[in-house]
Amino acid sequence: MSSQSGGYYLPEPSHWPIIGSIGLFLMAFGAVLTINTVSGGGYVLLAGALVMVYMLFGWFGTVIRESESGKYNKQVDLSFRWSMGWFIFSEVMFFGAFFGALFYMRVLSIPWLAEGDTGSLLWSGFSAAWPTAGPGVASKFTPMGAWGLPAINTALLLTSGVTLTIAHWALLKGQRTKLNVFMFLTIALGVTFLALQAEEYMHAYTELDLTLESGAYGATFYMLTGFHGFHVTIGTIMLIVIWLRGIRGHFKPETHFGFEGVAWYWHFVDVVWLGLFILVYWL
Amino acid sequence: MKVSFGVRVLSMLSALTPGLAFAEWNLNFTPASTLLGAEIQAVHDLVMWIIVVISIVVFGAMFWSILKHRKSVGHKAANFHENTTIEIIWTVIPIVILVAMAFPATRLLLATRDSSASDITIKATGYQWRWGYEYLDEGVKFYSTLATPRSQIDGVTEKTSTYLLEVDNPVVVPVGKKIRILTTANDVIHSWAVPGLAVKQDAIPGFIRDIAFKAETVGTYRGQCSELCGKEHGFMPIVVEVVSEEDYQSWIQAKLTVAGAPSFDPNKSYSVTELVAAGEQVYNANCVACHQAGGVGMPPTFPAIKGGKIATGSIQGHLDIILNGSAKNPMMAAWGPILSDMDLAAVIAYQRNGINSTGDFLQPADIAAARSE
Amino acid sequence: MEAAHDHNHDHHEPTGIMRYVTTTNHKDIGSMYLWFSFMMFLVGGVMALVIRAELFQPGLQVVEPEFFNQMTTLHGLIMVFGAIMPAFVGFANWQIPMMIGAPDMAFPRMNNWSFWLLPPAGILLMGSLLAPGGAGGVGWTMYAPLTIQQGMGMDMMIFAIHILGMSSIMGSINIITTILNMRAPGMTMMKMPLFVWTWLITAYLLVASMPVLAGAVTMTLTDRHFGTHFFNAAGGGDPVLYQHIFWFFGHPEVYIIAIPAFGVISEVIPTFSRKPLFGYASMVYATGSIAILSFLVWAHHMYTVGMPVEAQLYYMFATMLIAIPTGVKVFNWVATMWKGSMSFETPMLFAQGFLFLFTIGGFTGIVLAVTPIDIQLHDTYYVVAHFHYVMVAGALFAAFAGVYYWLPKWIGKMYDERLGKIHFWLSLTFFNVTFFVQHFLGLAGMPRRIPDYALQFADWNMVSSIGAFGFGLSQVFFLYVLLKAIRSGEKAPEMPWEGATTLEWTHLPTPAPYHSFETPPDLRS
Ligand code: HEA
Ligand code: HEA
Ligand code: HEC
Ligand code: CUA
Ligand SMILES: [Cu+2]
Repeated sequence: MSSQSGGYYLPEPSHWPIIGSIGLFLMAFGAVLTINTVSGGGYVLLAGALVMVYMLFGWFGTVIRESESGKYNKQVDLSFRWSMGWFIFSEVMFFGAFFGALFYMRVLSIPWLAEGDTGSLLWSGFSAAWPTAGPGVASKFTPMGAWGLPAINTALLLTSGVTLTIAHWALLKGQRTKLNVFMFLTIALGVTFLALQAEEYMHAYTELDLTLESGAYGATFYMLTGFHGFHVTIGTIMLIVIWLRGIRGHFKPETHFGFEGVAWYWHFVDVVWLGLFILVYWL
Repeated sequence: MKVSFGVRVLSMLSALTPGLAFAEWNLNFTPASTLLGAEIQAVHDLVMWIIVVISIVVFGAMFWSILKHRKSVGHKAANFHENTTIEIIWTVIPIVILVAMAFPATRLLLATRDSSASDITIKATGYQWRWGYEYLDEGVKFYSTLATPRSQIDGVTEKTSTYLLEVDNPVVVPVGKKIRILTTANDVIHSWAVPGLAVKQDAIPGFIRDIAFKAETVGTYRGQCSELCGKEHGFMPIVVEVVSEEDYQSWIQAKLTVAGAPSFDPNKSYSVTELVAAGEQVYNANCVACHQAGGVGMPPTFPAIKGGKIATGSIQGHLDIILNGSAKNPMMAAWGPILSDMDLAAVIAYQRNGINSTGDFLQPADIAAARSE
Repeated sequence: MEAAHDHNHDHHEPTGIMRYVTTTNHKDIGSMYLWFSFMMFLVGGVMALVIRAELFQPGLQVVEPEFFNQMTTLHGLIMVFGAIMPAFVGFANWQIPMMIGAPDMAFPRMNNWSFWLLPPAGILLMGSLLAPGGAGGVGWTMYAPLTIQQGMGMDMMIFAIHILGMSSIMGSINIITTILNMRAPGMTMMKMPLFVWTWLITAYLLVASMPVLAGAVTMTLTDRHFGTHFFNAAGGGDPVLYQHIFWFFGHPEVYIIAIPAFGVISEVIPTFSRKPLFGYASMVYATGSIAILSFLVWAHHMYTVGMPVEAQLYYMFATMLIAIPTGVKVFNWVATMWKGSMSFETPMLFAQGFLFLFTIGGFTGIVLAVTPIDIQLHDTYYVVAHFHYVMVAGALFAAFAGVYYWLPKWIGKMYDERLGKIHFWLSLTFFNVTFFVQHFLGLAGMPRRIPDYALQFADWNMVSSIGAFGFGLSQVFFLYVLLKAIRSGEKAPEMPWEGATTLEWTHLPTPAPYHSFETPPDLRS
């Protein structure tokens, strides 16, 4: 039973959440089995992922239908804004944990390993420097330079922010063709970014000997860029959805939170990349 | 010896009455034998007194209104609220109290963290589950393991008064000297803590941290590992014997002689029965915690030795995992640095011929050869 | 905790179990949260009893050391994430819409998912006991590198925490949005009941801290399986880094547990004192200050790791500061009672129990904040005593107060006052028998997380174990009180409490209708 209490849209009972829970449980359990090399784990993981995809399609499909049939008013729109904002904030905190780890290792623990009793009694011969694989890991990697692919990637992401903003302006002015074209450009830039990132990882693994196991540098490099890449992937998928919706004629110049939410997310991914570029690649 | 249920219940009940059994109804800190420990106790008592006073005020007001301002005694509710002056007062007074507490606390902290100008430096390394000690200047090195027999833990034999707080090799230090302990660990985090000496310092693998104490009185001080370090965390005590300077010197000499002359003959060819007998001791002191009595293990976490692939396979592989540890699972530590050649030969012989029956075994000399490879 | 029953007129509504599985109603979801948390409390409590049974006497009698460690770990995790946190989210679900004049939560479907993520997480947590090697025996703090040595159960725990984190983040975003955007006209921020304020602040704490915990356990996962060296000195990492990240979450977490409890108490005390809260505004500011400070004090759990002494000093001072806003709260509660016209129904009794015992727990917190003293007491039973005072006599008692207080509104029936009082006095007595004596054990130096102990600790341990079983039975009694009220409680009057002033009492019938406010009440004037 859905109702329109005081103008606020209250959805009717929904089975999507429980499907999501089942999907997530299967994914988690499948992941546990897979990383512990229990046979069949991969299938459980895959099944969970499929259920999740089904749920996301169903749930967001419902939301889109409700939105397009005009069930949401200004107050609902504001609710979406608050929630997207705080969701992005929680993502910032998640990245914060990894940036914090990077800071701690570079500024504190690696120097500690080289000085005082720790240095002389346990790790003699180790001198603190960055990048490093640490005193006890035999990895002779070459660090990733900032001015090759990463610089190109920076340019790509920054440009994608611009094209997305142009698309938004077009939407505000009701210029549908321009909207669709610039959305496509944004997506293309995102996909190119991901392709180059994959290329960069290949290069690092095969030629630079830089792996996840390359101590502090390897761990922070791959975890930070990896989680970022994961977020770019999600962002790109969201952009594609929004692009298709735009082609179908969704969104009005006055109400298009679906579009804006995705745009916020994309800008957030962009800003995280800038942090990465400066702190992981450059300095 | 099986204790009947009735006896157990009775002993439980008797323990309830103070004065009986091992009753020690401790209410405060273990009296410390260091000056800093006494000061810590003094600051603690100070803080407690401050808290008692605050409690009297706060709980006094609370119980007063509970008793007097209740509906059942006919008290009518007043309607006052919001008073900025009062809010400021009860913000400022706690600040003043806290500042007053912070001064002695800061002075004391700076004093406890001062480990400079020490007389003796001892490195304490946490292992699962024993402590390794190294007197850095004197060159004395040994391991210190729980001495309480399993039978007391299982309640088969009576518990002695130092139950769980006794080790085979205590740390010995001279009285009145500043001792600096460097802590580190081999596997996971442990913590080197002795309440009677007012010290506690985590031992973190890969890092060295330090702490210092100066005992004022001769005596034995007992502590325990104070950071969860796995299964036997409750069973890795620390015992420090504070002795006179002379006793300390002679103890050092004795330790050095023992270290110089191994209790076994490195070149002798031992018989399999000798080795198995010695190996059983080594096994019970070091391996039984995980691999269990009789080598049955606790699969899947701890593999069985009885019928185990390695302990019945090639003797080189067997020696390798014991000497160097498991590459897959850090729980199976490298025992090479911990056990002597004799102990290693013995425990291998015990596992292969006491628990299993492969018939082959190694001599201490073979171990020495494997080590130098 | 049964939802109101006047929804039968709605036609397409699923019935039976599917009603609860698919519900988007804040009351149904609130009830599910509360029942789930109570079940988890019993499970976590039984684990505590396993611990206390083993510690009844020196020697190993009941369980193996490894299993003991798993019990300690799961007890801590289940009580914190499975019992206390969901209990207060349950209160939030029931109360916030009613207290601010809203029809429901801002995102009813997401609200359902927040709840239904808990069972999978619970299954993973408890199921880890069945994994080869059992659950992780690492303590609820999951310190590296002990976590590296665990079996598959550890991975199940890690993923359970990820899922719990998602649930908490969605739940808190929902709460923030509801409070900021769904208030009835005229319900300004500074008119909101304090319970609503405390949840707004708690939700911020959750959104800011849960992702950090997710990061910490993710690093644990990659250290375990993918060869990273975050917490391994050989690779330039540091086991202590884990502790910093964990406690950056962990300390705010303890206030996530405490602050909603403050909220409940701030509703109950004025009601039964028949007198408005003494300093509303200062309570709001004090709660906000506690929340901000809670992000600045985390390393007081790590005084013994060997930080530079300057850092120890900073954390000591910052930690002591928290006594100030918390003191403001305590003083305001007492001033509210002062010259009131108090009556002592069960909710008020539990609120008084809270006030008395939480403050004692706060005092021991201050003792622990003093670094040189904490170095003696760290990882001893003194700490165990401290946090059970603030979490059991604090948060749990506040939850009891809340259940007794709002039960008439929820189910339209009264609990048995006499039985409620018995529940209180039993809980109060046995709580202190269990945990007061643990202060002495800690002072004497008994380490925590050990399955067996030296003989000088025997006596107090025995007392504590007896208390624990008594406390446990008292909670079984609570279940009886509750079921009796639901089954055969007397019909509740429209306004069972003389002094209540919040919207759910003044603007809604008892029991509350299924959809709280179909049209928002107009509170301007
Ligand atoms: C609800 C949860 C909760 C709450 C509210 C608190 C509140 C406080 N805690 Fe507690 N704490 C925990 C839960 C909580 N804690 C847990 C779970 C652990 C252990 C985790 C683990 O290791 O497993 C822990 C551990 C812990 C430690 C680490 C101990 C150790 O492991 O060595 C410390 C050290 O500083 C500490 C301090 C404090 C302080 C200063 C407060 C303050 O907020 C208290 C403030 C309140 C008051 C002081 C009383 C009222 C004030 C007045 C009446 C004003 C006047 C008072 C003065 C001027 C003193 N706590
Ligand atoms: C809010 C959280 C919370 C709550 C409510 C509790 C509740 C209790 N805790 Fe909890 N505890 C923690 C949080 C909590 N604890 C945490 C975080 C830790 C640290 C873990 C760690 O070190 O990692 C800890 C650790 C801890 C220890 C230390 C363990 C160790 O160091 O090894 C002990 C020991 O006494 C203990 C005891 C108890 C008891 C007796 C209760 C009681 O209040 C429980 C009462 C409830 C019941 C008993 C259930 C109801 C009864 C039944 C279902 C029927 C059966 C009953 C009978 C037959 C009598 N707890
Ligand atoms: C902390 C627990 C622990 C202790 C103590 C311990 N081990 Fe082990 N041991 C293990 C684990 C875990 C493995 C499994 C290693 C693996 O899977 O690679 C193992 C494996 C072994 C194996 C190989 C078994 C097989 O067939 O796979 C042998 C032999 C062995 N240990 C001997 C010893 C000896 C001898 C000692 C004492 C001197 C000892 N262990 C002490 C944990 C321990
Ligand atoms: Cu070693 Cu605990
Ligand atoms: Cu804290």
